[in-house]
Amino acid sequence: MDSRISAVQVDDAISAPLERFPSGRWWIAFAIALTLLGFGAFSATVILYKGVGVLGFNQPVAWAFDITNFVFWIGIGHAGTLISAILFLLRQRWRNAIARFAEAMTIFAVICAGMFVSIVHLGRPWLAGYLLPYPNQHSLWVNFISPLVWDIFAVSTYFTVSLVFWYLGLVPDFATLRDRETHRVKKLIYSVFSLGWRFSNRHWSHYERMYLILAGFATPLVLSVHTIVSFDFAVSVNPGWHATIFPPYFVAGAVFSGFAMVQNVLIFVRKTFKLEHIITVQHLENMNKVMLLTGSMVGYSYAMEFFMSWYSGNPFERFVFLNRALGPYAGAYWTMVSCNVIFVQLFWFKKIRRSVPAMFVIGVLVNVGMWFERYVIIVTTLSRDFLPSSWGHFTPTVFDFGILALGFGLFFTLVLLFVRFLPTVSMAEMKSVLDGSQPSHH
Amino acid sequence: MDLNRRITRNWILPKLMATKQLYSLTALFSTPDEIIHAAGETAAAGYAKFDVHTPYPVHGLDRAMRLKPSRVGIFALIFGFLGTVSAVGLMTWVALVDYPLVIGGKPFWSWPAFVPIAFEVTVLLASVLSVVAMIVIYFKFPNNSHPLHETPYMKAVSSDRYGLSIQADDVKFDERKVRDFLQEVGGKEIAPVYFDPEVGARLFDPKFLGILLATALVVSAGTYLTLNKALYTVPFDWMMEQRKLKAQKASDLFKNGIGMRTPVEGTVARGFLPYPYRGKPEDAARNLVNPLLPTADVIQRGKVRYLTFCSPCHGNFARGDSRLRGQFPNPPTLHTDKVRNWPDGAIYHVISEGQNVMPSYAAQIARDDRWAIVHYLRVLQRAQNAQESDLK
Repeated sequence: MDSRISAVQVDDAISAPLERFPSGRWWIAFAIALTLLGFGAFSATVILYKGVGVLGFNQPVAWAFDITNFVFWIGIGHAGTLISAILFLLRQRWRNAIARFAEAMTIFAVICAGMFVSIVHLGRPWLAGYLLPYPNQHSLWVNFISPLVWDIFAVSTYFTVSLVFWYLGLVPDFATLRDRETHRVKKLIYSVFSLGWRFSNRHWSHYERMYLILAGFATPLVLSVHTIVSFDFAVSVNPGWHATIFPPYFVAGAVFSGFAMVQNVLIFVRKTFKLEHIITVQHLENMNKVMLLTGSMVGYSYAMEFFMSWYSGNPFERFVFLNRALGPYAGAYWTMVSCNVIFVQLFWFKKIRRSVPAMFVIGVLVNVGMWFERYVIIVTTLSRDFLPSSWGHFTPTVFDFGILALGFGLFFTLVLLFVRFLPTVSMAEMKSVLDGSQPSHH
Repeated sequence: MDLNRRITRNWILPKLMATKQLYSLTALFSTPDEIIHAAGETAAAGYAKFDVHTPYPVHGLDRAMRLKPSRVGIFALIFGFLGTVSAVGLMTWVALVDYPLVIGGKPFWSWPAFVPIAFEVTVLLASVLSVVAMIVIYFKFPNNSHPLHETPYMKAVSSDRYGLSIQADDVKFDERKVRDFLQEVGGKEIAPVYFDPEVGARLFDPKFLGILLATALVVSAGTYLTLNKALYTVPFDWMMEQRKLKAQKASDLFKNGIGMRTPVEGTVARGFLPYPYRGKPEDAARNLVNPLLPTADVIQRGKVRYLTFCSPCHGNFARGDSRLRGQFPNPPTLHTDKVRNWPDGAIYHVISEGQNVMPSYAAQIARDDRWAIVHYLRVLQRAQNAQESDLK
């Protein structure tokens, strides 16, 4: 039997979720996501009406769940760019099956992250325009040498470039959908978004070059974004934050958690939409290998942080790290270490690396661990500052959990809408790597 | 939609639409090897206006079609440079010229701190504007009214076939010869594609204009309601819109409509000294001494205050020539011997207390300013009654 997939089968398999009514499994997932989003939206509304005082943070812990969520979601997004840009530059052909999906997750994750900073943390989102440098009646400019302003530039650039990269990849697929579609309104929508793409080789020639250029830009961009996010902490003088290890440590952690999230959601998608022959166990195994690598880098960073605090001879640094491991937040710390460093080592075994249920559980644990990592970094440092008289303790309120739900609810709602309305795998890219799709003498 | 349908009809019924013009002859191929061969032959045969359509980029086609390497990279270079220069330029201008601020004791031009933003803006402009430039300049998109759209040819190449299209406006084009040529290189399903040369007039299609107008209305109404109404409802609050006291306006802060609280009985304002000679001009004339020296600054100050408060009635030179044109009784001149011989305290008393129809100016003119006016009045009197000896 010929197990080769033809180009038409690729089109059919990938377009199928768009062309038929969604399955029961999709509806159940969508209902769960909407429930989370509803709880989150309720919390956000209360925060909007009453102010950020309903949340648990206050001096000295002025950053808590919201900045934790922000860093967490920005990190989730990084896997998408890594898969779509860095693996593209490294000519990893297997990325074609998961790149579109990962890029979409990048965009949704950055939307979630931006929401935490602009809506929840600021408290008055209608003044968010003040974050941008524009000529105004106060004759004031933003402080260009503040890491928080770098953040605005980094995150908004990251979002825009990711969106353009994603859309550029979608254009040929919109054209394919346009030519498959018979429904009048759907066809009109696909026509508009396809921009009138004609599959002309004169266009492909420029298109491929531009894709390469964008990948070249996105690669340093993704490294810069989490570097700048880490500057929010590293540029300050607080013990536990003021460390040169932060940029690489944050980037590795971001890729780690992002791959775990992509792997988790892809397992759901391939099962729900029967895409097992396109997103294969091989793809999942490759992602698990990346998680093993970045997880070990994160583990190394944890060890190195302890070494640096001891080697620095600074009593405040030493105290902060001992306090992390043994103090009031020790539970969060050890959750983080076990999820991020210990469990992921199971991926050394090929059997576990290729077992879908096992990798799903480990992926979930990694994301729990990475969320706690940001929580530990932020809260332990702020709650135990230089002056014992200004020490404090952070306890979350129900609204803190509400905005945590807001992030997950929004993210999964967007993901589910995406898999329902857009091709989750790039049809053009998939066809280009099928057997016999390229000339034999080339 | 309208156009797509029209083109479909053209394609199916070319004979009935005799006025329509031929766009190209198309042929389909099944394997990448075939299309590369056919593209190479077409270029070798000297056709310039032809194109190859493939569902994904096929390696080696660019060389077979003799395409020059894409130069879209030049856009990235230009826009990236623009991004760096504009970001560094703005930050430098703000830090050095427009609003220099000392932050953390660092130099105004802290260039290492400019690196992150310069980098981000470079990447932003280089990627976004390059893509826009490629789409608009090279692709001439969006264009959903190309003759190839909605043809069986396009549906085939958007799925799994490889197509070759030789355009009718090529100088070497001859329908019969091209048809034979396409057959020769192995093309299947050879078909002509027609187009309507009057497609441009569609801009004034009432349906299109209607949609445009409706969109404009919806966007304008939405923007207006958002910016002028919705953003001023609870919970949105703006510092400009808070409850506050405005000068000369009733206030709803307190029941009696006054914005400020009435001071407690006997409250003394800052800098206020009680005036002990109320109703006693002789005592004032005898006891009060001008506390200011007649320096140039004091006299200048007195002049300003005099011109503001005194000159409307007394005239610019204190001659009693009112500038009010009889709306208020003219005062006598201040150059009489009587006033010239008054001690400073007497004049000060009149300004502070008023005299006859002249009201008190104690509320409008501060104490020192009143004394400065007295000095300036002395200057005026001396100037108006100058003597020979003054010239020496």
